[in-house]
Amino acid sequence: MHGLGELKEKAEKALQKKAPFGEDINLDQFDSAPVLHSYMADEDLCGIPQEEQKRLIMAGLDVTKKERGGTFFQKDTSVIHCHSPQEGIEVLPVRKALEKDWIGEYFWKLAQVDVDKYTASAALDLHDGYVIRALPGSKSIYPVQACLYLDKEGLQQNVHNLIITEEGSELHIITGCSTSPHMKKGIHIGISEFFVKKNAKLSFTMIHNWAEDMHVRPRSVARVEEGGLFLNNYICMKPVRSLQMYPTTYLEGENAVARFYSIIVGSPGSEYDLGGRIFLKKPGNKAEIVARAISNGGKIIARGHLIGEVAEIKAHLECKGLLLKGGLIHAIPELEGHADGVEMSHEAAVGKIAQEEISYLMSRGLGEEEATSTIVRGFLNVDIPGLPSQLKAEIDRVIEQSDKDMM
Amino acid sequence: MLVIEDLKVELGDKVILQHIDLEIKPGETHVLFGPNGSGKTSLLMTIMGYPQYKVVEGSMIFKGKDITFMPINERARLGIGMSYQRPPTIHGLKTRQMVNICAGGVVDVGGLAQRVNFADFLDRDVNAGFSGGEIKRSELLQLMAQNPDLMLFDEPESGVDMENIHLIGKTIARLLEKDFNSVSGEKSKMQKKMERTKMGLIITHTGYILDYVAADKGQVLFDGRLSCISNPREILSCIGKSGYEECVRCMA
Ligand SMILES: Nc1ncnc2c1ncn2[C@@H]1O[C@H](COP(=O)(O)OP(=O)(O)OP(=O)(O)O)[C@@H](O)[C@H]1O
Ligand SMILES: [Mg+2]
Repeated sequence: MHGLGELKEKAEKALQKKAPFGEDINLDQFDSAPVLHSYMADEDLCGIPQEEQKRLIMAGLDVTKKERGGTFFQKDTSVIHCHSPQEGIEVLPVRKALEKDWIGEYFWKLAQVDVDKYTASAALDLHDGYVIRALPGSKSIYPVQACLYLDKEGLQQNVHNLIITEEGSELHIITGCSTSPHMKKGIHIGISEFFVKKNAKLSFTMIHNWAEDMHVRPRSVARVEEGGLFLNNYICMKPVRSLQMYPTTYLEGENAVARFYSIIVGSPGSEYDLGGRIFLKKPGNKAEIVARAISNGGKIIARGHLIGEVAEIKAHLECKGLLLKGGLIHAIPELEGHADGVEMSHEAAVGKIAQEEISYLMSRGLGEEEATSTIVRGFLNVDIPGLPSQLKAEIDRVIEQSDKDMM
Repeated sequence: MLVIEDLKVELGDKVILQHIDLEIKPGETHVLFGPNGSGKTSLLMTIMGYPQYKVVEGSMIFKGKDITFMPINERARLGIGMSYQRPPTIHGLKTRQMVNICAGGVVDVGGLAQRVNFADFLDRDVNAGFSGGEIKRSELLQLMAQNPDLMLFDEPESGVDMENIHLIGKTIARLLEKDFNSVSGEKSKMQKKMERTKMGLIITHTGYILDYVAADKGQVLFDGRLSCISNPREILSCIGKSGYEECVRCMA
């Protein structure tokens, strides 16, 4: 690929640049040297120890690959499995993709290398990552699964992902990040660039399943063309030391739509600073950011920023927080209207479970704890329009599981 | 049997019920009248066990067990259930799931719902945006699934349209085994009465429910006190003619 030298130069200048949000992480404490793992065939995948398989399942990766339209699996710095049996869908490691000429249209075209030290670090020392591409007009039957797994204690994992849905295509991705059961400390830096072309539909469901001493810094930018739909779901219900992300989406074509849904549970000792920023640049654009946050002792900052640049756009931001056992939830919704005729609104509420609701359920026979968890589950149960039922079931299962740890 | 003796209840710092004596025998259904704010809902919530209604004197015995300070869910398990006047919304919990919770297991939710004309609402969140009349049918549906032995109805027919009132009236009568002319015609009236075990306490302002349910007794709650026991139709006509206060005075 051309222009890599230029990118490098820019990145080097930004290596010490702090991010505007989130704890500043000293990257020197981590090791980003390559960790080699050998490639795994299908049968090897199924031979992964049960305990790890369980963690993978919680992050959306099913090693049996049943009802999956493709699989990408990276462990530490090595791609250990990559397979796309479905016609019209390509899944390949980003380093391999860098050998192709078309990659120049996408790689670092939306995200900037010099945003902060994390983007710079990923640009200079890329391990790998995935490219998932739906060819024009293709429709995926089953979701493609992608998993980024950390196993080596103290690792800095740098990945770069490109998701491309060509004109008129439909693609569903479930992607998970997880750590091995023994792993404690590490940092994950993930650059993701999303290209949703004309009339394409992309749903991207990300499930995070980290360890207590992990730092996580995803950096994502998306561009949606005319008539395109970008549905972005994020679920994180397990402890993490710190997680900060503020993905940006540009709706650049008429009638392009973006919807962000996130479900976060903040455990004690965990700090989350997350949100989404969506620019509505053309008439007929619609955007929605919906967040459900529960803190049972952790700190959650839920941001959201909608920027309406032209008339005839519609945008809504909703953040609901529930404090279960102390902790902090800080909702920061921002609306920016730049033209007459924008329609923008937000709704934010932070509180505790109403005793009246618990009593009501108890009078139907549930014990107090059961009643509470039923209400919590309901709180987290957001309707996500356009999400395939299989992925909905996946989300429900994660919620159901974590629900047991939460109480 | 439910036996309430000399009950005094506080809400916040305010006494809202006092000197309440009430006895509902197996198979009996009582009707409760009283002006707005007289404490009718409070009495039902106290029987159900809502902790904000603090019992400061007296006792409540149900099926021989002292339930005065029993947690709500234990009362529910013992066989007490309530149809609420103003139930809360539970976001994210589908009515269908709620009916299953009430049944304590899997039931034919669709079949039950059809009986109260509520099949179209099963995939909506519990009480979310339900109209006044819809709430009544939702509550009744839940109670049908729960099928408790003592049923507390808080104004089950208020705000219900003419067609649905018929449906609701008949359903409540059936739940309470109090239909005027039951289909199982072979049994004698006497025999049916003997077999009846369900107990009911129904709050009503209009008395429409009396057209469907053969209630045994009527009571008037006035200013936090239960003031008289009589035939429910007599009480209703007395209140209609001369008002609650007069009614309480003359019958006391
Ligand atoms: N949370 C509260 N704080 C203060 N007062 C309350 C509260 N809840 C109820 N009350 C009061 O307690 C009294 C009894 O109320 P209750 O709801 O039992 O009346 P009711 O007989 O059911 O009336 P209605 O016929 O209007 O339903 C009323 O005066 C009411 O205002
Ligand atoms: Mg009332």
